[in-house]
Amino acid sequence: MRRRLAGIAILGVLTFTTACGGGDGGAPDPADGPVTITMWTRAATQAQSERLVQAYNGSHKNQVKLTVIPTDNYQPRIASAAGAKQLPDVFAADVIFVPNYTSQGLFLDVTDRIAALPFKDKLAPSHMKLGTLDGRQYTIPHTLDLSVWFWNKDLYEKAGLDPEQGPKSLKEFAQHATAIQEKAGKDGKVHGTFFGGNCGGCYVFTFWPSVWAAGGQVMNPEGTTSLNDQPAMTEVFKIWREMYDKKVTGPTAKEEQGPTWTGFFPKGEIGVMPMPSTTLGAMPADMKIGVAPIAGPDGGESTFIGGDSIGVSATSEHADAAWEFLSWTMSDEAQVEVMAKNKDVVARTDLASNKYSAEDPRVVLINSLVAKGQTPYALRFGQTFNDPQGPWLRLAREAIFGDAAKVPQLNAEITKSLQQ
Amino acid sequence: MTLTLRRAGRRAAHSAPPARRHSRKVQGWLYAAPTAVIVGVLFLAPLALVVWMSLHRWPLLGPARFNAPENYTKIADNPLFVDAVLFTLKYTAITTVLLSSVALGLALLVQERRPGVGFFRTAFFLPGAVGFAAAALLFYGMLNNDFGPIDPILRDLGVIDEPVKWIGTPNMALFSTIVLVLWRFAGFNMLILLTGLQAIPVEVYEAARSDGANRLQIFTKITLPLLRPTLALMLILSVTGSLLAFDQFFIFTNGGPDNSTVSMVMVVYRDAFFRFDLGGAAALSVVLLVGLVGLNTLMMRRLR
Repeated sequence: MRRRLAGIAILGVLTFTTACGGGDGGAPDPADGPVTITMWTRAATQAQSERLVQAYNGSHKNQVKLTVIPTDNYQPRIASAAGAKQLPDVFAADVIFVPNYTSQGLFLDVTDRIAALPFKDKLAPSHMKLGTLDGRQYTIPHTLDLSVWFWNKDLYEKAGLDPEQGPKSLKEFAQHATAIQEKAGKDGKVHGTFFGGNCGGCYVFTFWPSVWAAGGQVMNPEGTTSLNDQPAMTEVFKIWREMYDKKVTGPTAKEEQGPTWTGFFPKGEIGVMPMPSTTLGAMPADMKIGVAPIAGPDGGESTFIGGDSIGVSATSEHADAAWEFLSWTMSDEAQVEVMAKNKDVVARTDLASNKYSAEDPRVVLINSLVAKGQTPYALRFGQTFNDPQGPWLRLAREAIFGDAAKVPQLNAEITKSLQQ
Repeated sequence: MTLTLRRAGRRAAHSAPPARRHSRKVQGWLYAAPTAVIVGVLFLAPLALVVWMSLHRWPLLGPARFNAPENYTKIADNPLFVDAVLFTLKYTAITTVLLSSVALGLALLVQERRPGVGFFRTAFFLPGAVGFAAAALLFYGMLNNDFGPIDPILRDLGVIDEPVKWIGTPNMALFSTIVLVLWRFAGFNMLILLTGLQAIPVEVYEAARSDGANRLQIFTKITLPLLRPTLALMLILSVTGSLLAFDQFFIFTNGGPDNSTVSMVMVVYRDAFFRFDLGGAAALSVVLLVGLVGLNTLMMRRLR
């Protein structure tokens, strides 16, 4: 209630600062002395960003000051900072938001700088595609986060399943989850599977790969027409709906808004579920986990290649120093000794097999999926699919928990939002 | 007397030489300047800018483009905003009725000086000292089905068999939010009403009692009428605050489930910071502002 004039004040101040702000950015660095550049990243990829910054700061004169922002607040923070011309020198962003940011002019054009990199053709192709607008390049990959199925080998054994064999299709996934629920779920703690049922981003990340694996699509290539009422998607929804109806998913899946959806698996409470590949390095050391590609209802393999892209902000005054840091993050040293060493997916295809990945076949598998997966492109992705008030979350929730007959009508809403 | 003095002053001013008259004028402006600057910079400029902004297509970076009245005409096509208006009105009506009743009840409870009343006054007011965002997070944590303590306690007491969906259904989400708002604001509003209650002279009560009035009569014929201005103040604060509700829904329910708890300010926020439609968000803000000014003017007239 103390928030009198909240909306007006936010915008008012924003306008005022916009009107008063100055400087065009992109100015050359001061000739001498080390520079400290500022960097923002979202909490979802905090660990990777911190490791990169720490390694860079330890070996370079220029320094990077990293600020981590809660994932849910990242988009608004970028928007208000951009409006006030207060963006940091470099900022990472969820790769699917990048087309919108580049079209708003938030990133500096780095086409020529990328062209000068010896490994320019080896950068993760889906991230590079989304960072390109009208033939000009604005971002490079920062972290790659792939959706894969994780299964708990101990629970598989308890349920009488083969702990070394993960599911090969979504139908098999449902059978495994159901078996675990029936055999090990009596105590009410353990559940067959789990998903973020009130989280738009979680749905696209974990459900869409099943559509792609089955040879379907969720949007047209331009990202302007939604195909989420087509059989490929509705079939996937149906399988998940059955699991929910049979109470194979945790009881709070319907309310899960996103921040805690990956928290149950590491506690050993979930049999099999789609998870971000970046969580592999953070799993308990003594936990026996298998990793499988996400499959379609009857098989196939795919993944949602998510993660962050990074670029120099259009208003940065230290563009050279900022680029020096960014290009270093793509170097062999950073990719192998920082990313691969911690079981993270490398952003360069020529480094997919390296001395660390060879130690863990799960990492090799995840790396190999980069070529098979997709990163959907849409200018209005965030407001359509990630925003809790966007049309996608309504469609997904009706399809899983509510009236599936409403899907075609809600699909039209998605198309409308994509074309706005 | 005053009149004579004023006339004399005016005559003096008229008869003063032009230079001195000028310097007096400057002096007057100088006295008013600090306030004028504060009002101008902090109140008028942002308002003017938000109106200006609402007439443009306003990107995050780069030049704005004049597009009036598009930002206004498209408001009617925004079903989320239309739903949010209806929901916010419903929320405001429920909250205001409950909040006034609870606050008045609390104020009457702790109105008289008795041993220990200070403790209760403090206890009732204490939630008012908690930041609203923090309070929303606190409730989110307490009522969370996975790690919140409320469900296990209720289960141990035998009240419930399975977890309650505190924010899982539209009605429960609204109910839980209203409980949060009551917890946070009842004490604060009690304090406002308490000052009103204590401003009623004791003699009036004594006279009524000696005339043989009972408790109900005293309450309806004396307390309520004399409390009217304070009640009006509380109502205006409550209605305005509820119509501008944001934190409780943004943090606690996230507008869910299924957009059932989206308030008007949340739509403004969404337009500005998720859809990057700063001009559209400004237009919504202006509409909201006009509505609020209208409503408050009406309430002031009716309640005065």
